[in-house]
Amino acid sequence: MTPEAVWDVLRTVNDPEIPMVSVVDLGIIQAVVIDAIDAVDAVEGAAGGGSAVRIDMTPTFTGCPALDMMRSEIAAAVLSIGAARVDVRVVLDPPWSSDRIAPAAREAMRAIGLAPPPPATRFTADPTLALTLAAPDEPPTACPFCGSMDTVTDNPFGSTLCRSVHYCNGCRQPFEAFKAL
Amino acid sequence: MTTTTPFDLASAPADACAALDAYVLALADDALLQGHRDSEWTGLGPILEEDIAFSSMAQDEIGHALVWYTLRAEHLGAASPDEQAFRRDAAGWRNARLVELPRGDYATSLIRRTLFDIAKAIQYDSLRHSAWPPLAVAAGKLRQEKKYHLLHNQAYVRRLGTAGADSHDRLQSALDALFPAALGLFEPTAGEAALTALGVVTPSAALAAVWLGAVRELLAQSGLSAPIASVAALGGDGDGAGAGAGAGDVLRATVAPDVGGRRGEHTDDLDAMLDAMQSLYRSDPEATW
Repeated sequence: MTPEAVWDVLRTVNDPEIPMVSVVDLGIIQAVVIDAIDAVDAVEGAAGGGSAVRIDMTPTFTGCPALDMMRSEIAAAVLSIGAARVDVRVVLDPPWSSDRIAPAAREAMRAIGLAPPPPATRFTADPTLALTLAAPDEPPTACPFCGSMDTVTDNPFGSTLCRSVHYCNGCRQPFEAFKAL
Repeated sequence: MTTTTPFDLASAPADACAALDAYVLALADDALLQGHRDSEWTGLGPILEEDIAFSSMAQDEIGHALVWYTLRAEHLGAASPDEQAFRRDAAGWRNARLVELPRGDYATSLIRRTLFDIAKAIQYDSLRHSAWPPLAVAAGKLRQEKKYHLLHNQAYVRRLGTAGADSHDRLQSALDALFPAALGLFEPTAGEAALTALGVVTPSAALAAVWLGAVRELLAQSGLSAPIASVAALGGDGDGAGAGAGAGDVLRATVAPDVGGRRGEHTDDLDAMLDAMQSLYRSDPEATW
C-alpha cells in the first residue's frame, strides 16, 4: 500500500457538518505512516501480513462532536482499500488553523453560502495582553453571496462550533461563516 | 517561565509528579464545571443568540475538560475521562469555587464567564511555554479556542455595562458577588512550588497579577469597577503617591479571595451539581454510549 493510495481514499471522507469538504482539504490530517506487518505481528491476527496504517488527525475545535464520527469513517475508508490494520490517532501538535483549509474547499463553502474564513495569522501572533484586552481586529468576512466586504458579525457563535453568524449590508442577507482560528 | 530542561515524568521526583497531576486535575475540573453551568442556559437563554453562545461555550469547555482528563489518563495514571468526571465525589474535585456556584441570572453567568475566560486565556498562554511538552501542546491548542469567548464576553460586558442604569447595576452586582470567588481561580494547587521551580507552570500569583490588569482595563471600558488597587511595589522607582499605575506599581485585590476549592473544600452547591451531572452515568456505569 502506498501513502498516495491512502491520501486518495481520505479525499473521499467528508466532514459530516460540511459534507462537500474532505478531511484532507479541511487540513485535519497531519500524517500518514505505513508499516509492513511482519510475520510476528501476523500471528496476532493480521493473517498474511499486509500494511499497518497510522493516521494522525487533529481536531478543528476540541469540542467538535463530529470528531469520533470522522475518526471511524477514516478508519473504515483505509480498511476498505486493503489495510490490515488502521490506527487513527488524535494529536494536538501543531494545533489546527483555518489557514490550512484548501482553496478548493473554500470555493465549495462559498458555493453553498458558507463564507470561508479570513486569514487567522494575526491572532496567533498576539501576545497575551492583546489576546485578552483587544477585540480581535480581523478584517470583515466577505459575503459569500455578493462578495461585499461591508459585513458585520452578528454572533461569534453559530449552528456549529466552527461557524459564526454575519449580516451583509451590501445584499441585505444574513450568512454563516467558517470561523478563523 | 524560563527553562532549559524539559520535564520528564520518568526521571522527575515523585512529589513533582503528584503536583503535576493535581495541577492538571484543577484545569480539568474548572473547565468541566464551567461548561456544565453554561449548558444550563441551553433552551433558556434570554435571546436566541445568547442561548447559542452559552451552549457553544459549554461545548468548548467540555471539550477542553476532555483534553485535560485525557492527559491525566494517558500520562499520569488516572482512570478514563468518564470515570474521572462522573464517578468522583465532591471532596475529590479541585475546581475553584467560582465554577460551582449556581447559574444565577444572565448577568451573573456573563460576569462569571468573562472573569473565567480572561483567567484561562492568560493561564493557557503561559502554559504554552511549559517544560512538560504535553502540557505545552494542549495549552497552545486550547488558548486559540478562547478567542471567540473573549470576543463575545467582552463585547457584551462593554455594551451592557454602558447601556443604562438597570443593565449596569445588574452587572456590577454580579461582579461584587463573584469577585472573591474569581480570585479563588488563582489559589495554588498542592505542590505548585515544585512545578514552578522546574519551569512546568507559572506561579499562580504571577498569573493573578496579569489577570487583575486585564480585568481592570475591561471594566474601565465598561463603566464597571472591582476592588483592585495599585500598590507601590517594594524596590519600585516611584513614590507610590500618584493616582495612576507607575512602572514600579503592582495591582492587588483589596478583598479576600474565596479559596478552598483546590483543597477539595467546596460549597453545598457542588454536591447538588454533581448529583445532576453524574446521575445518568452512575445509574449504569457499564452502559455503552
